[in-house]
Amino acid sequence: MPQAPVPDILPALPEIWLAVAAMLLLMVGAFRGNASTRMVSWLAVVAVAIAFVLVLSGSKETGTTFAGMFVVDSFSTFAKELILVGTAATLVMSMDYIRREGMERFEFPVLILLATIGMMMMVSANDLISLYVGIELQSLALYVIAAFKRDTLKSTEAGLKYFVLGALSSGMLLYGASLIYGFTGSTNFEAIGALYTQAGQEPSIGLIVGLVFLISGLAFKVSAVPFHMWTPDVYEGASTPATAFFAIAPKVAAMTLLVRVLIAPFFGAVDDWQQIITLIAILSMGYGAFAALRQANIKRLMAYSSIGHMGFALVGLAAGTEQGVQSVLIYLLIYLVMNIGAFAAILTMRVKGQMVEGIDDLAGLGRNNPMLALVLAILFFSLAGIPPLAGFFGKFYVFLAAIDAQLYTLAVLGVLSSVVGAYYYLRIIKVMYFDEPAESFERPIGREMTLILGASTLFTAFFVVFPGPFLAWTQQAAAALLP
Amino acid sequence: MDDLLREYLPIMIFIGLVVVLGVVFIAASFFAVEQHPDAEKLSTYECGFEPFEDTRSRFDVRFYLVALLFIIFDLEVAFLFPWAVTLGDTGVFGFWSMFIFLGVLTVGFVYEWKKGALEWE
Amino acid sequence: MILSAIAFYVFAAIIIASAVLVVSARNPVHSVFFLILAFFNAAGIFVLAGAEFLAMILVIVYVGAVAVLFMFVVMMLDINFVRLREGFLQYLPVGALVGIILLIELVFIVTTQVNVPEVLAISGAPTPNISEVTNTHALGRLIYTRYIYLFQAGGLILLVAMIGAIVLTLRERPGVRKQRISDQVGRSRSDSIEIKKVSPGNGI
Repeated sequence: MPQAPVPDILPALPEIWLAVAAMLLLMVGAFRGNASTRMVSWLAVVAVAIAFVLVLSGSKETGTTFAGMFVVDSFSTFAKELILVGTAATLVMSMDYIRREGMERFEFPVLILLATIGMMMMVSANDLISLYVGIELQSLALYVIAAFKRDTLKSTEAGLKYFVLGALSSGMLLYGASLIYGFTGSTNFEAIGALYTQAGQEPSIGLIVGLVFLISGLAFKVSAVPFHMWTPDVYEGASTPATAFFAIAPKVAAMTLLVRVLIAPFFGAVDDWQQIITLIAILSMGYGAFAALRQANIKRLMAYSSIGHMGFALVGLAAGTEQGVQSVLIYLLIYLVMNIGAFAAILTMRVKGQMVEGIDDLAGLGRNNPMLALVLAILFFSLAGIPPLAGFFGKFYVFLAAIDAQLYTLAVLGVLSSVVGAYYYLRIIKVMYFDEPAESFERPIGREMTLILGASTLFTAFFVVFPGPFLAWTQQAAAALLP
Repeated sequence: MDDLLREYLPIMIFIGLVVVLGVVFIAASFFAVEQHPDAEKLSTYECGFEPFEDTRSRFDVRFYLVALLFIIFDLEVAFLFPWAVTLGDTGVFGFWSMFIFLGVLTVGFVYEWKKGALEWE
Repeated sequence: MILSAIAFYVFAAIIIASAVLVVSARNPVHSVFFLILAFFNAAGIFVLAGAEFLAMILVIVYVGAVAVLFMFVVMMLDINFVRLREGFLQYLPVGALVGIILLIELVFIVTTQVNVPEVLAISGAPTPNISEVTNTHALGRLIYTRYIYLFQAGGLILLVAMIGAIVLTLRERPGVRKQRISDQVGRSRSDSIEIKKVSPGNGI
């Protein structure tokens, strides 16, 4: 029996570095106690920054390692950068909050780091098994983060709900994966993809059923309708930094994973999955727009908003073309930045030392704090998709891809639900500028928050001026994925 | 394949014997003994009183913590069996592979220890 | 061969029957017992399929640890199980519908079985002959080297589970006096004994 060769670990260096860093920080926390939380948080930010550099400086060539289970290409590099930016922003935003709310325990940043490793593994998955392991690592850490504020009933409930429904979705995913394995004889994406190109076969019913289950499991992770039921409750119940994290990084990871699964191995079955993706895209956009109309809690509103946004991103995927994949990536980039800004603003909503999260609490912000109101107005206009802000371009490219793929109904329905969705974003702006002032928020909001808010707002406002590098970048990432 | 299953034949016979014996004993006691069923025979006996409260009561979550930590290490040990058997085949790479795995869990163990999760107050 | 076929059907029938009983048993403790029965028979099916190692792990981990933990939870938690089951009949039609749809899909799948040998050739480690290499050997040769990525990721998942269990359940009770062994050992004679010169007749 010849000994197996040692695999090339260089492509996975960012993940390995983060794992080592997470364990080191766990040890720092364990020996120095909860007083070191702030230090652990900052060190975690540094670790994420180093991982970012490692991802950036990694090989640009497409390559696999670990017996074909792990793939690095421009697509995964782009997605990992988004995820790491989201993680770093969440870590910085959470520091003050967890101290004020008495949940200052050093496990919080460590768990966020571990979830990030899971997300990066998802993005680089090139095999059904590594896909599942990545998802589990991410989800388990997220369940704990959701229930982290364990002394409040709502947070515990959020964690439990997320856990039970997450386990259900993992079950569906595994069922689908086992069917796919049974009908192709392989779990490797390249081998499954080769089924369509080399063997030139029509996909069998079993494979399609397996694919449908796999899509259902992943649709749960991106919270697309009809697998969205957990989102509002979990977003509302979890502590606000946790909610911000859920809305930012895992969404990007799950969406890019879904894109990879559908494009890399199942590109030959595009006619089969296109209908499913079209349907859940329409349902998510519509439900996200209509259900958000009557929300009074801003975190719940953001939950419905994220359901809707995932629907828009799925429109690009439904096109099933290189342009479509590129539009999804642009959408995710813009979604990430807008959400970082929006949640940074939500985290500054504090009255007399208490966090508030009602939309009414924003009343009269235009007079109390004109700067914050302006920033929020730009972000919400952008979320609504009003030109010339970044959010408009995200939607524009997605619909363009759908029209080029001749999915006219989908594009029209998308534009319509975007109009409905604009209403509730504009309502918040109306509350801020035209309602009688409520209690003003505490100031100052802190240097880090100002920085995050400022950066995301500037990006959102001036994306129109310099879209070039981002378009080229996403173009390259999308081209790497398509066969 | 058949050879493999033949090795399990004694166990099958043993299980069959156990099932038959179990059925025979229960059936024998059912048929051979005079039966006087009574609800009181099945009710809880608590020094002649009616039971004061439900059998189940709230328990300290600490017990579950110990049980959960036990399961995690149980799984870890499950990975050690095939490793020990094939160490000759997998060589240095397999050896260090397992040590990295054990290292990760040792980090977890140190964390547990320092947090006082293993102490019983 | 016929014996193994009979054994398979016996095991499979017991699994299905006990799975139904897990759901329908009135007493939750009985449910857990039926779950254990189902695990045991699943182990039997693993043995029939030649996966001895998995069979033994199923017995050790699931029957020995997980089911015992379930039992622990069921016996000790103060939950009114009668009230918990109230909606059972109400949700039964929906559950049954989902089950039937799954069953129909499975029937479809079974009737359209396709095997693609080309794909088998591109990927996956070759399966060794079971009469030459034992199950545990075959697994051990792959897990730690070829599948090291998944193996280490599994380690990280266990680490997260550990952190999660402690974060969510460990509480420090105030006012508990713990034994500090290092303090006890580190105590020197000068800390505890003070020698005073007592001159006779004066006291201290």
